[in-house]
Amino acid sequence: MSPTVLLAILVLLALAGNLAGRRRALAVSGGDVRRLHSLTRYHGLSVTLFTAVPALFLFGAWLFVQPLVIEGKVSRMAALSAVSDAGAAELVMGDIRRVAGGLDVLAASEGLSEGDLASLRVEEGDLPSRLAKAGVAIAGDISADVLDAAREYRRLTHLSSVAMTVAVTAMALAGLFWSLRRLTPDYRARNISESFVLALFIGSALVAVLTTFGIIASLLVESIHFFRLYPAQDFLFNLTWNPQFRGGSDLGIWPLLWGTLYVSFVALTFAVPVGLMAAIYLSEYATAATRAVIKPAIEILAGIPTIVYGLFALITVGPFLRDHFAQPLGLGSSSSSVMTAGLVMGIMLIPFVSSLSDDIINAVPQSLRDGSYGLGATQSETVRQVILPAALPGIVGSILLAASRAIGETMIVVMGAGASARLDLNPFEAMTTITVKIVSQLTGDTEFASPETLVAFALGMALFIFTLGLNVLALYVVRKYREQYE
Amino acid sequence: MSVLATNTPRKGSLLAVDDRTRRRNAAERRFQIYGRIAIGIAIAALAVLLFTIVNNGASAFRQTFLVLDIPLEEKVLDKSGTRDIEAMKKVTTIGYGKLIDKALQDAIAAQGIAVEGLTDKDVKNMISKEAAGLLRDRVLSQPDLVGQTLRAKVLANGRIDGYIKGRVSYESAERDSNVTPAQLRLADALKDAGILSRKFNWDFITTADASELRPESAGLGVAILGSAYMMIVVLVLSLPIGVATSIYLEEFAPQNRFTDLIEVNISNLAAVPSIVYGILGLALFINFAGLPQSAPIVGGLVLTLMTLPRIVIPTRAALRSVPPSIRDAALGIGASKMQSVMHHVLPLAMPGILTGTIIGLAQALGESAPLLLIGMVAFVRDFPGAPPEGFFDPAAALPVQVYNWTQRSDPAFVERASGAIIVLLIFLLAMNAVAIVLRRKFERRW
Repeated sequence: MSPTVLLAILVLLALAGNLAGRRRALAVSGGDVRRLHSLTRYHGLSVTLFTAVPALFLFGAWLFVQPLVIEGKVSRMAALSAVSDAGAAELVMGDIRRVAGGLDVLAASEGLSEGDLASLRVEEGDLPSRLAKAGVAIAGDISADVLDAAREYRRLTHLSSVAMTVAVTAMALAGLFWSLRRLTPDYRARNISESFVLALFIGSALVAVLTTFGIIASLLVESIHFFRLYPAQDFLFNLTWNPQFRGGSDLGIWPLLWGTLYVSFVALTFAVPVGLMAAIYLSEYATAATRAVIKPAIEILAGIPTIVYGLFALITVGPFLRDHFAQPLGLGSSSSSVMTAGLVMGIMLIPFVSSLSDDIINAVPQSLRDGSYGLGATQSETVRQVILPAALPGIVGSILLAASRAIGETMIVVMGAGASARLDLNPFEAMTTITVKIVSQLTGDTEFASPETLVAFALGMALFIFTLGLNVLALYVVRKYREQYE
Repeated sequence: MSVLATNTPRKGSLLAVDDRTRRRNAAERRFQIYGRIAIGIAIAALAVLLFTIVNNGASAFRQTFLVLDIPLEEKVLDKSGTRDIEAMKKVTTIGYGKLIDKALQDAIAAQGIAVEGLTDKDVKNMISKEAAGLLRDRVLSQPDLVGQTLRAKVLANGRIDGYIKGRVSYESAERDSNVTPAQLRLADALKDAGILSRKFNWDFITTADASELRPESAGLGVAILGSAYMMIVVLVLSLPIGVATSIYLEEFAPQNRFTDLIEVNISNLAAVPSIVYGILGLALFINFAGLPQSAPIVGGLVLTLMTLPRIVIPTRAALRSVPPSIRDAALGIGASKMQSVMHHVLPLAMPGILTGTIIGLAQALGESAPLLLIGMVAFVRDFPGAPPEGFFDPAAALPVQVYNWTQRSDPAFVERASGAIIVLLIFLLAMNAVAIVLRRKFERRW
């Protein structure tokens, strides 16, 4: 039975439970609701919660665990015991899954019964072509072991889905009847359903913790895999990046780190002065009317998806810089370059710097300005000698946050910075960054056991540590050096 | 005498500006000008960005078509004469291609167009390779058309389209193996004869992606549907979880280590680069849980995890802005804590929550980096099925489709990518407009 139908059954049971709960509450009160501790709708709600929630959890957990258990069982069969290499085992498992899917399709399209499927033999020879006709392409021949394993896989999947339907429905029914039986006039249905809902709230709040845990765990596990295959000191100290899919690659992080920092540096040298001056002008000089137009306009820049900036870098800024700067100056002929990615990323960062700085400048109390004007300072002198020093921790914090954005930015550098890893000072040369290499090592047909793929997780770990470090530093700077005004 | 000397003022009149004041005033003016320049740069960058994208992409919505009278001969398309679909399916696109080709030859002859150096192959290649398949689908869905002469819009080849749009010139045609100058002259002649023209192209929004060699028929349908599926998943998961998290943290959580842990986590997650979420999705949902690659469900889950902190932060702000007097009043007349929150605080905070959610969704819609890692870059021609099974079918996503098209060699795809960006920006604009209207309409000042 499909999960959708099961879900529909659960919803129906929950609704039925709600009605039954209300009915039963009325019945036990003898028709006088004043004898009940809680309103009838809380009785209904408590039955609904006990019916639906445990069953839903079982449902989710089953869907999550089922493939793991089944693949574990199947892989212990003949087909995989001969294969020692993890990558090859993964391929065989994929074949088994496809053949099992193909058998389902065959059963549907050719009207085969279960008995026919069980008597299918590889020796008949036309199995791959019959599968292909049914729309399931299998590369190469199907071995008898794989066919057996696929049959077993199918059998277990069917078994498991039947078992799941029974178990989940039973769980829901058990919850329904158990909670119905507990209804008495003194039953504290409101308190119980409120505690239940509060528990769900706490569970939701834990999703954030689990996400962080998941990120760290997945990065850590695969990075450890990587460092088993590739020595850590080579990753950290080798100065070349040259992955070879036949093995013997150089996977030093330095060229990527250099590219990342160089692009971010160019972006910040563009964004910080522009963003800061824009913030100062908007908060100190601009009239309310100008501010009302300009501030949202600058913030539009923050709402534009990064893919748009990437395309802008690729088709406009890159060729422009190449034709008008790089080639006339003899600095290179590549349209994707550090300068291209840096400038476009700088545009993207303007609103991050400006709106945070704007808030911070506005938070400086008016009395400081008035004091400065009273001593005869001009407006710009006030800004430079009073307001900026007072707002400095916040501004540094906003710049650090912008830097963390720049380091983690992906699409702009993928489309604007190029893909060649090198240590170079020429800003019109194509270079590459950590994020670009994460994308290029993990897209396409990847084999999961090779260091060339797993290196992406180590790079992700480095990226995570960098950005987290910058964010923590930004928070620390703001907290530690913030001026306290009453 | 010395007394007189000390009495002379060192400076001139207050009304005459001295050097130092002049310098200070000049510095003041310069500072203001720097501020204006900075704002000018920011606004100019925005204007140039939007202008180039719209300028490059607007032409993607119009496509070059040839309007031809195609005789759908029964002896070619339905030899049995029974209009039996199964029998008609035996005729491949080659048969239909020949009919279109012949129709074009006839049209050229009828108009008396003669172009020097034009071969039969050139004429055949004026028409998109996709056109025959489209005509076949149309005839198979309406078998009655066989035997009639159909006046149909036929897609022109991508290079001819490029010539009409100014992307291809006689000089580039000399070097290009896919188009000849004779074809361009023929295109001019056909245009003058009114056979070849540009028309609005709905197919760009509704059809699926096409192969590298057929940019003229590539569309956004699968990508739009895939993005819509993902947004449904994100909305259904992140709104309840986000609101529940916010209510717990804002209304119920005691001040302790555990609460601090959750709060620090959420603020850190908001700053984690989006590509890291892609790595998480690849490791957790695809490798560990065995969900299919390129499926909207995986994309939706990844985007949900990414969007959650971005929904929690504005939701908490909205809950905080409801004044304590509302809670006190509810508690005072005997409501429980949960009742005061669910019956009073939450409904009052709802406009703010919805605004935050819509803006979070808009960000998720434009996000592409994590989707690259979970296989959404794959070339997908088939539409995903109806939900909920369709959530597990392979699909594309709007921003990833843009990236996909920029990676192809034919410059016609750059136009398509810019056109796709326009579609994406229209969706984002609509979502943000809804958020602004909600805020304006329901915002309350306490």
